[in-house]
Amino acid sequence: MVDTKTLVEKGSKTQEKKTPGAVGLLERGAFDQLFQVLQAQGYTIVGPTVREGVILYDELESPDELPIGWTDEQEAGTYRMQKREDEALFGYTVGPHSWKRFLFPPKHRLFRATRGKDGFDIEEDKYDGPNYAFLGVRACELQAMAIQDNVFLGGDHVDPHYRSRRESALIIAVNCGKAGQTCFCSSMGSGPKAGTGFDLALTELISKDGHAFLLEVGSKKGNKIFKKLPIEKAGKKEQKAADAVVAEAEAQMGRQLDTEGLKDLLYRNYQNPHWEEVAEKCLSCANCTMVCPTCFCSTVEEMTDLSGDHAERWRRWDSCFTMDFTYIHGGSVRQSTRARYRQWMTHKLATWFDQFGTSGCVGCGRCITWCPVGIDLTEEARALRASDQGELQTGMQAEA
Amino acid sequence: MLPRPYRVIRITRHTHDTFTLEMEPADGNPAPYFQPGQFNMLYLFGVGEVPISISGDPGHTRAYVHTIRAVGTVTEALCNLKIGAQVGLRGPFGSSWPVKEAEGSDIVIAAGGIGLAPLRPALYHVLAHRERYGKVVLLYGTRTPQDLLYRKELEKWRGLFHTQVEVTVDHAARDWFGRVGVVTKLIPGARFDPFHTKAFVCGPEVMMRFTVMELMGRGVETENIFISMERNMKCAVGFCGHCQYGPTFICKDGPVYPYSQIQHLFKTREL
Ligand SMILES: Cc1cc2nc3c(=O)[nH]c(=O)nc-3n(C[C@H](O)[C@H](O)[C@H](O)COP(=O)(O)OP(=O)(O)OC[C@H]3O[C@@H](n4cnc5c(N)ncnc54)[C@H](O)[C@@H]3O)c2cc1C
Ligand code: SF4
Ligand code: SF4
Repeated sequence: MVDTKTLVEKGSKTQEKKTPGAVGLLERGAFDQLFQVLQAQGYTIVGPTVREGVILYDELESPDELPIGWTDEQEAGTYRMQKREDEALFGYTVGPHSWKRFLFPPKHRLFRATRGKDGFDIEEDKYDGPNYAFLGVRACELQAMAIQDNVFLGGDHVDPHYRSRRESALIIAVNCGKAGQTCFCSSMGSGPKAGTGFDLALTELISKDGHAFLLEVGSKKGNKIFKKLPIEKAGKKEQKAADAVVAEAEAQMGRQLDTEGLKDLLYRNYQNPHWEEVAEKCLSCANCTMVCPTCFCSTVEEMTDLSGDHAERWRRWDSCFTMDFTYIHGGSVRQSTRARYRQWMTHKLATWFDQFGTSGCVGCGRCITWCPVGIDLTEEARALRASDQGELQTGMQAEA
Repeated sequence: MLPRPYRVIRITRHTHDTFTLEMEPADGNPAPYFQPGQFNMLYLFGVGEVPISISGDPGHTRAYVHTIRAVGTVTEALCNLKIGAQVGLRGPFGSSWPVKEAEGSDIVIAAGGIGLAPLRPALYHVLAHRERYGKVVLLYGTRTPQDLLYRKELEKWRGLFHTQVEVTVDHAARDWFGRVGVVTKLIPGARFDPFHTKAFVCGPEVMMRFTVMELMGRGVETENIFISMERNMKCAVGFCGHCQYGPTFICKDGPVYPYSQIQHLFKTREL
C-alpha cells in the first residue's frame, strides 16, 4: 500500500502525524453532532446523497441528506437503488462519483495571463475553496487517493492544485458492511476495511440492540473532532460486532481478480487477438475512465476574452479512449478501439506498477457497473489468461 | 510549473514551413543549462503550448534555439512571430543523447527531416570536443533539397576533414548533384567501428525503424543505439498521461531512449 500520509507530508509541513488509536462509540442519536462539530471547525461536509436515482457525493448540510435506508444493486452495466430493511446511513457501496472530483476537479483553471505593455504576466490559480470534510470514504477510495497522491505529489514535480485541495481535506472513512456484485477490493488488497490514510473511520453497527457507530481515530486532526463528540466507551462486544460487519462485506465480494503474474501476463499479450473481441463490444465512450477513482489523464484548454488581453488555461479530465488523446501531426497513434482498450487495461493492471510502484486498480468495480455494454475487466483478465500467448513479446523485461 | 517569459531575439527561415527562433529570458538572466536532446514547452499567449526540442549549442545558454515546423495551431502562430515577441517557456525537460558516456566511441548521427533539430546540440557538443571521440558520422536525409535544414552549416560540416557528412534526398530535380535515396542507404558506406559506436537516431518512426535495422545489421548493439520518440504531450511533467509509451512517460523517461529499453514497445503498433 502507498503510505498517503508520508506523501502528503512530503508536499507540506502542515500535515499532522498520525496518532493511532483511540476508539469509541457514537450513538445514531448523537450523529448530528458530528456534522455540528465539523461545521463549527469550518469544514464543508461532502458525503453521499441520493440524486436522480443514484448515490452521488455532494455538499451536505445535515445528516438527513444522507441516503438513509437506501442501498444499491450493481451488475455489469446496471445500477439500481433499493430500499433497505433498516435505516442505515451507509448501507450502499460506491456510486459513479469518486472523491477525485473534489481533489482533482473535472475542470479547473491553472492560470490567468494578462497582456501588458511588452509581453504578458502570468498568475497561477491558488485554491481558495472550502476545507472539505469527506464523509463516507471507502477503503478502496482511500487506496485510490493514495494512488493519486503518488501521481501528483510523489514525483519530481508536485501539482500545487491537487496539493492544496488534498492538504486541507479531512477524511472520514466508513468500513464497508456490504460488498457490491462488481466489487473486488479484497483481490486488490485495498478493502473492505480502511487501513490507513483516514483521520477518522466509522463502522456502522445496527442490531436489535440499537444503531451506533464505532469510531476509530487515525490522526491528530481526527482526534480533535473525536474529542468534541459525545463518545461512549467501546468494549470487546462492539469491536467484535464491527469486525463481523467487515467480515460480512468480505464474504459478499461479487467479483474476483487473480493478480498472480498479472503484470507479466499483460506485457506478453500486447498482440493477443483477444483484444479484437473486446474492441467489438467497446464503444470507446470513456465512461470507465471518468468513473475510475485513479484515472488521472487530463488535457488543457486555452481561452481568451473578446478584448484579447486576458487568457486562461484550464485543465479538464481527458480519456485514453478518445481519438484526440494520441493525436500527433499526421494522425492519432491509437486509431483502433482495440489499441485504446488495451492501453487502458494494461495501464491499470501492468504499466502502473512500473510507473508508480502499485496497481492502478483498487477493485471498486465502477468501470464494470458504468460500462454501457457491461465490459468487465476481471472477465477480460480471465479471458486473456485463458488465451495467454505464452512467451514474452513485449514489455520491459529488457530493463529488469 | 508556470511558463517563464522569453523574448524572441532572432528568427531564421529555413524552408517554406520551417524556421528557427532564438529566445532569451525576458528578465535578462541566463537560460537554464540543457543537455542535447532535451525539449522545452513553448507557450503562446492565449493560443497554446507545444513541446519543441532545443536545437542550439549546449555550450551557449544565454539563449535557447528552437527549430520548428509549422503544422498546426500553435506552430503556425509561432511562425508568425516577430523579433521582440514574448513567448512563455517551461523546461528543459526529458532525457538526453548520452554524449558523455559516448566519449571514446565512434559517433553515428542519423537524422530524417526535422529530426536533425534535436540532434544538432549533440553534434555541436561532439564537434566542440572532437578529440574525445573516435570517428564521427552525420547521415541526413530529407524529402527534397528544398527541405534541407541548416544548409550553410551542413556545407561547413562537409568541409571538415575529421567528420564524415552524407546528405541524401528522396526526390530531386536535375540541379541536385548530391545523393538521391532514403537515409538508410547511407549506412553501408558510413565509416565507423560498429563494435565501438554510439548511434543517435531521430526522424519519423519508419525512418528510425529502418535505420535501427541497418545499424544492427552492421553489428551495432541495441544498447548503443539511441532514438528520440514523439507523442502527444500536454504537461511535460508526468501528470497529463498523454505521452505514455508502454510503462514509460516520454516527457520524463524519454524522449531519448536506448533502443534496447524500448525495442519491444517499438515493434508494437498503436502503442
Ligand atoms: C519531445 C518532443 C519534441 C519535439 N520537438 C519538435 C521540434 O524540435 N520541432 C518541431 O517542429 N516539432 C517538434 N515536436 C512536435 C511538435 O510538438 C508538434 O508539431 C506540435 O505540438 C504541433 O502543435 P500545433 O498546435 O501546431 O498543431 P495541431 O495539429 O493544431 O495540434 C493539435 C494538438 O496535437 C498536439 N500535437 C500535434 N502534433 C504533435 C506532435 N508531433 N508531437 C506532440 N504533440 C503534437 C499539439 O500539441 C496539440 O495539442 C516535438 C514533439 C515532442 C513530443
Ligand atoms: S479500473 Fe475499474 S475497478 Fe479498478 S479502480 Fe478503476 S473503476 Fe475501480
Ligand atoms: S470499456 Fe465500456 S465504459 Fe470503457 S470505453 Fe469501452 S464501452 Fe465505454
